[in-house]
Amino acid sequence: MNRWPEISFEDRMSTVHFDVHERAHITVDGDSCHGCTTKACVVACPANLFVPTSDGGIVFNYEQCFECGTCYMVCNVEGAITWTYPDGGHGVVFRRT
Amino acid sequence: MSETDFDVVVVGAGPAGSCAALSLAKAGHSVLLVERGPFAGSKNMYGGVVYPRILDALIPNWWEEAPIQRWVTRRQTMVMTPTQSLTIDYRSDTWAKPPYNGATAYRPDFDFWLAGKAEAAGAQLICSTTVTGLLRDGHGRTIGVRTDRPDGDITARLVIACDGVNSFLAKEAGLYRRDVDANSFTLGVKETIALPTDVINERFGVRGREGADIEIIGCTGDVNGGGFIYTNLDTIGVGVVLKLSKLGAQRQRPEEIIANLKAHPSVAPLVEGGEVKEYSAHLIPEAGYDMIPTLAGDGLLIAGDAAGLCLAAGIWLEGVNFALASGMYAGDAAADALRSDDTSAAGLAGYRQRLERTFVLKDHAKLRHIPHLVLGDRLQQEYPQMVANIVERMFRVDNPRPKPGIRRILTQERRHAGIRWRDLAKDTWTAMRGFG
Repeated sequence: MNRWPEISFEDRMSTVHFDVHERAHITVDGDSCHGCTTKACVVACPANLFVPTSDGGIVFNYEQCFECGTCYMVCNVEGAITWTYPDGGHGVVFRRT
Repeated sequence: MSETDFDVVVVGAGPAGSCAALSLAKAGHSVLLVERGPFAGSKNMYGGVVYPRILDALIPNWWEEAPIQRWVTRRQTMVMTPTQSLTIDYRSDTWAKPPYNGATAYRPDFDFWLAGKAEAAGAQLICSTTVTGLLRDGHGRTIGVRTDRPDGDITARLVIACDGVNSFLAKEAGLYRRDVDANSFTLGVKETIALPTDVINERFGVRGREGADIEIIGCTGDVNGGGFIYTNLDTIGVGVVLKLSKLGAQRQRPEEIIANLKAHPSVAPLVEGGEVKEYSAHLIPEAGYDMIPTLAGDGLLIAGDAAGLCLAAGIWLEGVNFALASGMYAGDAAADALRSDDTSAAGLAGYRQRLERTFVLKDHAKLRHIPHLVLGDRLQQEYPQMVANIVERMFRVDNPRPKPGIRRILTQERRHAGIRWRDLAKDTWTAMRGFG
């Protein structure tokens, strides 16, 4: 019963309002990711912010983050993902949730 | 005792924080309510239904002013396989009238309204301010918070951390249990889908401000979890909750699992033609009683999601009411502690006692094994198919063959599903102990 979503992921994320701050509130230590075989963050992040690179690392973008915490919860490499809340007033702004 | 900026700083203007602030402000204390979003509710999403009965104690006739979308009058529980579904559908007239039961509401509206009530009672609300840590004295006692504002240290006799499921403050204070990990949380993802009001009324069989709430098990494929659909005035919320530890392992993305749910033959007619207006995601603490942290430290209380107080018990899926109540009781216990000038962990023990005397910890204690049962592999991956097959055979007319006895169907389908008697008995016992 697998079926791809009826809207593109880009359109899906364009329904969400973000007030992006210049400071990245999440940092990923790419070196730790090279040894990681599961890379659960890539599958689990609802905003799809973790993208594997061909050399086994991870490219990460903080801008469309829901601030849910899934990434650091599923990460099995101690210290690979450093997570804080964005600065006050910034980040995701829900409206009809 | 030296002067502090406030009697109490409450961190997070969600339902827990606003109730704590409201209760304390009513008792005449100076309260600062700090919210990191640009307005209260802006960071919050949920599985869609709030049961605000506990608000009777704080806001009489709250239903006359709360920003409610619809009053839930139809409550459905659905068991699903890729091609089948069985629905238990309960409808009540009583729930369409005051004092009501459940309601759908947008959290940015509801939480905003509730924070306004705290403000009106005298609490000071400041938004767009992230608390970055606790201020502590040499003995480890919490004496305030550090914020990301310039000169942003704020001192208080007591801090109440209602900073949500990721509570950095509870972690910093060392209140969390060590065994809390990805197994203790689910990820909730939701689409808010626009449909005309009359189309929603027709499809869900409701009128006026009546609404429907459908909870689904067996709709999340190999990732243990559940689904939900509920009605707002001119949108519906459709989403799934997914066990974090399974999500990473199964290589299936959250939005794909929602898409599969929406494509199911029992769901597609309800959602088709709707336009996705907003996508959202949030973590849920789902391990219940077994994940509840230490609730008080010296100068510190925690409430709501920060204290793990979500009830994920299958037929009962509640969180906002636990946040409202725990926030209110934290406020009451804090007021007592301030009066007797003892805000040490011992002086704040009245908080846990209040929770133990009321539904907050009574429900969690009684249902402590249910979240594990509901999110377990048998209930998720085996029972829905068995149940659907039993019902299919009960209602299938297979003439000229005579009807099989129900006992025979049950025996055959259990065997067919490969479920051992021992496991079935064990799960039935767990369910009866929790629900009974």
